[in-house]
Amino acid sequence: MTKKITLAIVGFAGLALSGIAGAADIHTQSIASTCMSCHGPGGKSQGAIPSLAGLDKEYFVKSMKDFKAGTRAASIMKRQANGYTDAEVEALAAYFAGLK
Amino acid sequence: MTLNRRDFLKVSGAGAAAALTGCATTTSSARPHVVVVGAGFGGATCAKYLRQWGPNIDVTLIEPNDKFVSCPMSNWVLGGLRTMDDITHGYDNLPRHGIKMVKDMVVAIDADKRFVKTRSGASIAYDRLVLAPGIEILTGSVKGFNEAETTGKVVHAWKAGPQTALLRKQLEAMPDGGTFVMSVPAAPYRCPPGPYERACMVANYFKQAKPKSKIILLDGNPDVVSKKPLFTDAWNTLYAGMIDYRPNNAPLAVDGSKMTVTTEFDDVRGDVLNVVPRQRAGELCAMAGARNDSAGNWCTVNLATFESTTVPNVHIIGDSVLSNLPKSGHMATNHAKVCAAAIVELLAGRQPDPIPVIANTCYSATSSTTSGYVANVFRYEAGKGYVSAPEGGATPKGDALNFTYNESWAKNIWAEVLS
Ligand SMILES: Cc1cc2nc3c(=O)[nH]c(=O)nc-3n(C[C@H](O)[C@H](O)[C@H](O)COP(=O)(O)OP(=O)(O)OC[C@H]3O[C@@H](n4cnc5c(N)ncnc54)[C@H](O)[C@@H]3O)c2cc1C
Ligand code: HEC
Repeated sequence: MTKKITLAIVGFAGLALSGIAGAADIHTQSIASTCMSCHGPGGKSQGAIPSLAGLDKEYFVKSMKDFKAGTRAASIMKRQANGYTDAEVEALAAYFAGLK
Repeated sequence: MTLNRRDFLKVSGAGAAAALTGCATTTSSARPHVVVVGAGFGGATCAKYLRQWGPNIDVTLIEPNDKFVSCPMSNWVLGGLRTMDDITHGYDNLPRHGIKMVKDMVVAIDADKRFVKTRSGASIAYDRLVLAPGIEILTGSVKGFNEAETTGKVVHAWKAGPQTALLRKQLEAMPDGGTFVMSVPAAPYRCPPGPYERACMVANYFKQAKPKSKIILLDGNPDVVSKKPLFTDAWNTLYAGMIDYRPNNAPLAVDGSKMTVTTEFDDVRGDVLNVVPRQRAGELCAMAGARNDSAGNWCTVNLATFESTTVPNVHIIGDSVLSNLPKSGHMATNHAKVCAAAIVELLAGRQPDPIPVIANTCYSATSSTTSGYVANVFRYEAGKGYVSAPEGGATPKGDALNFTYNESWAKNIWAEVLS
């Protein structure tokens, strides 16, 4: 990721923490929602694509890092995972771990 | 359904009184009212997430059709892999989110006074309006198309529904050794890989059921617009000798009695003709004055909120938007989510996420057992719009694993939009 993106995210996280953007982190919430088109509403999938709801946080983060690095075989997740910063992946892991 | 005054009050709640007296509600009202028009991939998703993320917001969703018929997987119906039933879904689950569904069609928009008018005569006021009409097909741009379409001789089947079923019937009735002629509109159009997937699905059917048949693909573009390696691999290996691909062959005219498509070069005769004319943003956007690009064809929006660049409080999502993002159902649901999140913040007087991140994926089947995809993550940057992240791209060859993921994707996105 470029330096610019990192800076923008830090700036925005500041907003979220100061309460202007509300308690929930809307950036994470929005990204997580976009995963649902493949992984199913609420992270519960029908068919071959795995569910994400309730995945262990550590396992989630490791999976995404391994997808990025190419050390975990993937049909499509390398292309997806590379689009997100490490901070976003951490936040997404916490979000999905919290879905029942 | 015709809305009488009492129904209308039930439907639009607080906003109704304002509409009847001709003055719009303001953001200071206790429960802001968002009207979403069009319950396709974009609109239905937006309505659902507005309610989920903004429980204090009243949401009305206006759609004339009883059922959602999915364009994604409609090529599979043409290939005989799916039925019309498989791609047809009800709206029954949406009211559970607290969405007010109105079965009607919007016929006028007053963006100054902030209300929409419907075919049945109702006026519905809004604080913010979301327009998600999909595309208008420029049937007049191909001479003779309107006539051929009216008589049922030639269809586009670029909006899934009765035309999909009719085209499948025509293909079934075609004799072995016949010719299927299909045209691809000049970009931008709905679903860049869609025409080439359709060619694969029809070829797959011919290979099984009528192997002496031919396909002529008349492309209005200089080359295959999307996933070229994937599709050309399928055409050369799975369907060798069956598909005659002709770039730079925009259809100028069609004749449903002679069964010909005329291009700059030729009159091409076929037994089944499938002409897909050029497209623009749905007429609904023009009603709001939001079909505002230089040619008056597409809608320019602030891509972090999807609010029109020229019409305040009106947001446009899905295929109608002008951008570098592909016009897909997957993308329309992501427009919808960014837009819903932004509206929730704006109505609360807060700043929307300034750096939304969205992704596109289009799976396409190349046969009854193989699929490939194109996938990209797009990160919004102020002043630049959506910038494609590294590692995006397409599969060079269809395979069985992606076919199972393609099937799973369809089930999940339908559930995501409609349940
Ligand atoms: C053959 C084909 C295959 C495709 N395959 C894929 C695929 O595999 N993956 C993918 O992601 N995308 C695919 N697409 C693209 C996808 O269908 C569109 O991008 C998507 O439907 C766009 O969503 P939308 O919300 O903009 O419009 P739509 O889904 O078309 O919804 C528009 C809705 O608005 C309603 N409406 C219009 N005007 C009014 C009005 N005045 N008042 C009230 N309601 C109105 C319509 O009735 C309709 O229900 C395919 C398309 C085609 C044609
Ligand atoms: C286009 C469909 C698609 C999208 C969009 C998508 N995924 Fe995936 N995901 C898959 C598939 C398919 C797999 C199985 C691995 C593979 O073949 O790539 C997977 C696997 C995963 C796994 C591993 C699950 C496990 O049980 O081991 C995680 C974690 C994951 N995805 C997270 C995400 C997140 C987070 C997003 C959104 C930012 C996302 N995915 C978006 C299709 C998708």
